Amino acid sequence: MRARVFVTLKRGILDVQGTAVKRALEGLGFTEVKDLRMGKVLEVELELQDAARARSRLEEMCQKLLANPVMEEFTVEIVDNGTRPTLPERARRD
Amino acid sequence: MKFGVVVFPGTWSDCDFHYVISEILRQPVEYVWHRSPDLSEFDCMILPGGFSYGDYLRAGAIAGRSPVVEALPDFAARGGLVLGSCNGFQILCEAGILPGALMKNECLQYRCQSTHLLVENAETPFTRGTRPGQVLKMPISHGEGKYYCDRQTLRTLKERNQIVFRYCTESGDVTGEANPNGSLENIAGIVNDEGTVLGLMPHPERAAEGAMGMTDGLLIFHSLLGGLVEAGSFLKR
Repeated sequence: MRARVFVTLKRGILDVQGTAVKRALEGLGFTEVKDLRMGKVLEVELELQDAARARSRLEEMCQKLLANPVMEEFTVEIVDNGTRPTLPERARRD
Repeated sequence: MKFGVVVFPGTWSDCDFHYVISEILRQPVEYVWHRSPDLSEFDCMILPGGFSYGDYLRAGAIAGRSPVVEALPDFAARGGLVLGSCNGFQILCEAGILPGALMKNECLQYRCQSTHLLVENAETPFTRGTRPGQVLKMPISHGEGKYYCDRQTLRTLKERNQIVFRYCTESGDVTGEANPNGSLENIAGIVNDEGTVLGLMPHPERAAEGAMGMTDGLLIFHSLLGGLVEAGSFLKR
């Protein structure tokens, strides 16, 4: 089972990195960028078959370590259910 | 009074604390590796600054889940005192021992400079040798020191007098210009509800003898020792 966890700053909390990147984009002429917020993506491989179970375990991981509830929020996305090749195999093949 | 200085992979101020405690204060002190959950021989635990685990994930996040940090709430409940400076403050917040979080400096720069701190609470074991409104000079050295918490937490901090230090000007004014990192209400240091755990971003151990250019950090160490003289010992063993 492969999953992605997205961790971002809560809405309403100033994202100084995102703001700096947005300004840099403006400097390059991308003036259409209205808002830009930065976060983290964690790609996780799990030895689990059940997607619901994987989701609940990942949420637990987020609450305990991967995200800081004071300032961050997270979303969990199940990428595949294990039928596709795992990350290292794909890397070798690519 | 026996001090324990906690060492994580990536800690950098451990030797500075050890030096101040052993050479300047002449008190017993030992390094404590982060895997050790046994703190029974100590009266005061120090979480020094640095970059534990390379600040991976978030500053202090991984160290905040280590055995030594998990042993700290029990240690404090027994009467032990905990001082976390810089990365140590980040670790205490990440572990939920202190409320709030430390985020990237608003200026996005790493700030290494001297700061002035207004003593807001002189009743803690860490500040009893100071007076309210006193201005202390200590250096900071961090990229992620912007204190943040939600409104409810801030209200509680104020009600319970948990804000110990705020960044201020040399004359003691708490202004935006005196705030080096964008901290909420210039907060530089807080204690837990019981007043037994202090977290602060500045470095008292780098302001502890004339050769360092500043000595106000000693007031924190002397406050700790003063409590020992009066009470005999903090811990009932």
